[in-house]
Amino acid sequence: MSAIGSKGLILNEKLIFERSTAGRCGYDLPQLDVPSVEPDEKLLRDEIEGFPELSEVDVVRHYTRLSTWNYGVDSGFYPLGSCTMKYNPKINEVVARLPGFAHLHPATPDHLSQGALQLMYDLQQALCEISGFPALTLQPSAGAQGEFAGMLMIHAWHQAQGNKRHKVLIPDTAHGTNPATAALCGYDVVPIASDGVLSVEAVAAAMDDSVAALMITNPNTLGLFEPNIREICELVHSRGGLVYCDGANLHALLGICRPGDLGIDVMHFNLHKTFATPHGGGGPGAGPVGVCAALEPFLPVPVIMKEEDGYRLVTDRPLSIGQLRTYASQFGILVRAYAYLLSMGPQGLKRATELAVLNANYIRARLEGSYHLPYKQRSLHEVIFSDADLPNDCHTLDVAKRLLDYGFHPPTIYFPLVVQGALMIEPTETESKQELDEFCDALIAIAEEAKSSPHLLHEAPVNARTRRLDETLAARKPRLRWEKG
Amino acid sequence: MDFPEELKYTEDHEWVLPEGDLVSIGISDFAQDQLGDVVFVELPEVGDKIEVGKPFGVVESVKAVSDIYSPLAGEIVEVNSDLPDSPESINTSPYRNGWMIRIKPDDMTKLDGLMDASAYQAFIEQE
Repeated sequence: MSAIGSKGLILNEKLIFERSTAGRCGYDLPQLDVPSVEPDEKLLRDEIEGFPELSEVDVVRHYTRLSTWNYGVDSGFYPLGSCTMKYNPKINEVVARLPGFAHLHPATPDHLSQGALQLMYDLQQALCEISGFPALTLQPSAGAQGEFAGMLMIHAWHQAQGNKRHKVLIPDTAHGTNPATAALCGYDVVPIASDGVLSVEAVAAAMDDSVAALMITNPNTLGLFEPNIREICELVHSRGGLVYCDGANLHALLGICRPGDLGIDVMHFNLHKTFATPHGGGGPGAGPVGVCAALEPFLPVPVIMKEEDGYRLVTDRPLSIGQLRTYASQFGILVRAYAYLLSMGPQGLKRATELAVLNANYIRARLEGSYHLPYKQRSLHEVIFSDADLPNDCHTLDVAKRLLDYGFHPPTIYFPLVVQGALMIEPTETESKQELDEFCDALIAIAEEAKSSPHLLHEAPVNARTRRLDETLAARKPRLRWEKG
Repeated sequence: MDFPEELKYTEDHEWVLPEGDLVSIGISDFAQDQLGDVVFVELPEVGDKIEVGKPFGVVESVKAVSDIYSPLAGEIVEVNSDLPDSPESINTSPYRNGWMIRIKPDDMTKLDGLMDASAYQAFIEQE
């Protein structure tokens, strides 16, 4: 078993409310230096029910102990398929903390922030070169907002042509955010069944003059490259539609193929997946969007322009879909992505892609035979197994829980939905062969346990801080706030 | 697994029970088994129009969130208002307490296009 998973000094911790001691206080208010006011009686209360009273060291220890329960890619292997938990090199943090970047106020006028604007412009040009799109916006704050921006541009383009198209085609191998984006933009979502990859015929059957766009994820969420993508793009274009590509898996293509060259009209990037910026608990993120020439006038404002005397943020763009957020972008994330791009260089990015694909295929080769492989096609950066061959009522959830006992964070489970009982593994380029071998050894041992001693899977986890939780009860009868016992 | 003879079934695993000029709709024993413990149900409102193949509700289990597709076009005349507070009925009693909606179909003859119990059983064995 992995040494990481051994039980050591696991710090237990109560809720902060339960650590309270009446009358304890960690802060002294400064002396009043303004005239005192007697507030209205109605605005005063003597006691807040359950309000925690703690000293400074109580609070520091509380949150420090809680922080030891965190698990991240800096603690160990984090093989979440579709989420791409790759290592974020620390040089990116050093660069983002340079005072000129870190202390720059977002309202600083253009002529006093030329360095920052140049960085954004250069990053934009680099992303255009990598993806094959002639124009790009850095503005969206995350991949989902990038999708939203992309679909708004498609909508605006159709409107400018006088088209009234209300449907969006989405294959069953697309990322789950795609239907949500299309629905948010007011489109009716038409799902298309695929057999691992999308066929030209399936698109042809659904593609009529009410379809505004096809939203496709490439490589798709099974980790498979869409081999018919050129023909599909030609077909959609010939019937008056546009093609949106979810670029969340672009890290499987860097330096190998450019989505813009395949006929795709719009694509968003996930800088946290492809360019190693932090995933950050829900933010901040950045989801730049590349577009074909026809969509360039619709880009969100401000647009960064390079002119003879420097860089300028331009907002006077009559066809623009408008502004998606305050200020120009999530600048600190762009600095990290740019630092990553420069430190890797073109050859380094291509190598990262090759290693991400190699690592996923190494895992695939080692686990094939122990776990059912639902799609036999050659996969790229991630690989999907299922629990179909496991005996003795052992399921994907049991495997995931048992992995915790072996000291590994489980992969993504029960996604994508097209695979029953999916185990979706994405090692990324970060991991060494030794790490991958330990992980595969654990999964192979678990498949053996399922045959010989299935109770080990059903009872797992036994080494974790908490045993298996009753997810059903938690979802049916959630306790959303602490109440005094 | 139980598949009552008096019901009709769809490829999306809904069941339909004809009751005079109305029909009741829910999800099959197979569907609830595949979903796992159901924790949340979202149903339409009485008076809503529903269309064939379009989602009319949502079922969330500990594993996934799934749309429930309408097997027939028509108007909602009743919804199972107990269900949001007791979503477990879908697991424990998919054909009785777990019913979801009662509709007045636009065209009762469309029922003939759905599968009977033995055809449905053959269908899920193939899946």
